[in-house]
Amino acid sequence: MKLNQTIIALAIGCALSVSANAEVLFWSTQAKPAQETQAMRDQVLASSPSKVTYQANDGGPWLTRLQAELQAGSGEIGVLGALHGDFAAMNPDNLVDLDSLGLRAASATFNDLAKLGTNSKQYIPWMQASYVMAANKKALQYLPKGANVDALTYDQLIAWATNVKNATGSAKFGFPAGPKGLKHRFFQGYLYPSYTDGVVRTFASDKAVTAWEKFRELWAVTNPASTNYSFLQEQLLSEEVWIAFDHTSRLANAFNERPDDFIAFPAPAGPEGRGFMPVIAGVAIPKTAPDMAGAKAVVKHMLDPKTQLATLRATNFFPVVDVDLPGDLPPAVQAAGDAIAKMSGSPDANPGLLPAGLGSKGGDFNRIFVDSFERIVLANQDIRTVLNDQKAKLQAIMNETGAPCWAPDAPSKGACPVN
Amino acid sequence: MWSQNKQLPYVLIAPASLFLAVFFLYPFLSVITQAFEHSSSDGYSLKNFQDVFSHWKFSISLENTLLLTAAVVPVQLALALLMATMVNGMTKGREFVLYIWTIPLGISDLAAGIIWLVIFEQTGFLNSLMMSLGLISQPTPLLTYQNPMMIFVAIALAEIWRATAIMLVILVAGIGLIPKEYYEAASVFGASRWQQFARVTLPLLRPSLQTALILRVILAFEVFAVVAALGGTLFPVLMGETYTYQFDLLNSGAAAAIALVILGLSIAFTLLILRVLRVPKGVSI
Repeated sequence: MKLNQTIIALAIGCALSVSANAEVLFWSTQAKPAQETQAMRDQVLASSPSKVTYQANDGGPWLTRLQAELQAGSGEIGVLGALHGDFAAMNPDNLVDLDSLGLRAASATFNDLAKLGTNSKQYIPWMQASYVMAANKKALQYLPKGANVDALTYDQLIAWATNVKNATGSAKFGFPAGPKGLKHRFFQGYLYPSYTDGVVRTFASDKAVTAWEKFRELWAVTNPASTNYSFLQEQLLSEEVWIAFDHTSRLANAFNERPDDFIAFPAPAGPEGRGFMPVIAGVAIPKTAPDMAGAKAVVKHMLDPKTQLATLRATNFFPVVDVDLPGDLPPAVQAAGDAIAKMSGSPDANPGLLPAGLGSKGGDFNRIFVDSFERIVLANQDIRTVLNDQKAKLQAIMNETGAPCWAPDAPSKGACPVN
Repeated sequence: MWSQNKQLPYVLIAPASLFLAVFFLYPFLSVITQAFEHSSSDGYSLKNFQDVFSHWKFSISLENTLLLTAAVVPVQLALALLMATMVNGMTKGREFVLYIWTIPLGISDLAAGIIWLVIFEQTGFLNSLMMSLGLISQPTPLLTYQNPMMIFVAIALAEIWRATAIMLVILVAGIGLIPKEYYEAASVFGASRWQQFARVTLPLLRPSLQTALILRVILAFEVFAVVAALGGTLFPVLMGETYTYQFDLLNSGAAAAIALVILGLSIAFTLLILRVLRVPKGVSI
């Protein structure tokens, strides 16, 4: 009798897990905050042709489960949603070629990046964002004379933050230097391009020394608690910080909660122009997906213009296909959209690309910049010594991966050299 | 019937052994092999250890971990001993006080870190308190890179608050096992309270002290979430570096190498504690 019951229980268990398979599991590193995850489920994926379970996770656990399924040769995950860098760290053989779907982003560069160095698309660009500046309107009165907030230089930003500090008695520039903060992207996509017109080639150049000297000046008027900041929207709302640099989606709550109090504006410019960098998220299918047709239907659904607009509302990430933006978008989307448009349309724009071709060394590449920051700025070590020291490590990464240079560095044959 | 009885103990421990083998022994062995495998070479090598040791943060994080342990564990030991003797002397409300004191045990370490962050951050309770007392004119950031001592103190406080209870529980149980006759004999001979504590309680508490110290020291080497919440990247510790290697750098080999360093430290200190607090042969308590 007991045995029979066990068998029945097992049979029910199996039946349940089979029926659970009928839903496509969307395993994502994006839209992690509970509110965004719920919006993805209710507003973006509810209208998908195949039923979808959307689960968002941190990068580490995300990759751990994915790798376990790939190693086991079978799994539950149907669709992957992640940043370009997450996909770049994977072996492209583990992702299904998606050319046959005929989907593409409006930007040829994005479509190229999505090939991950192969001949066919390994993921489909899904949504994009960037980094911008944001300020409390109270700070505007302290702008240095002649400065236009939409066309600031780094010197003017430093002067502005200094004025605010002198007037209020506390440093109110905020920088995402916390453990989960995206500081490395600021160095790779903003500071280095603006001052050296490169990232890898110019890593240890004299211009780079100037860049770090400037950053030290900025740091002197930066809120010292910045080493705990990872989402500047929090400090903007608590007014610990009046002027901030961060990822558009990490500033969004500030604009959505108090749209009249904050403005968004382009990142500052240096001697080599106004450096800036996009953020790309993509959707892909692991080769172990249990329901290939269902997964492909979900990927198609994500690129539909209507879905792209719904995604924009849910996550504050912008569409990658051409769509007309309606007028009733959330304040954060409007503010960030305007700032990005001004940034890319500015006469001195110097757009950079995401690091490419680094494979699983993307984290080590970021660490070069984070370590440089911690040593130069926090530990106050000599800039030249640190850069020379880190340069050897950077060159080792480039040689090991063979990654060619990307914009704004001049193209290279073979591994990008660190001059 | 006989043979069945002989096998019974083995059958009974089989599930636990199997569980340990699958979920502890196997992962443990694979971590060891991982630590000696490097992406750049076939076979086994010490390259992961070289990579880890040569990084500028390694010595700092090793130092921080040891310093924190050295600062926190003795305080916790003293506090736990004091609290255990106090509880033991109580006749009324003993359970209630024990419940209150062990509350931090039920709180996850990240939550404990965040509780203390709420106290110490710029808009936190400590700042509001100092402002209302007129000590400062506006909130100042306390946990900053210019203030490494403050970060250390905050982390040490949080750790002491969070993890003293685990020692307390072990020591309370240990004190309860000491026969009352010893104390009666001691007071007959006119021993003071302090003498009773030093000559009766402490020696007879040795096995519990051993357990409590080993457990606490090993946990101190694994400190992570409290440090991450309060110190961010400003107070690197070994476990934090392990996390960075595993999840930020996706370098399991290097992560496994640091994990083995932590294991080595734990074993060394366990042996040391066992040796120092050993119970002499032939003596039973």
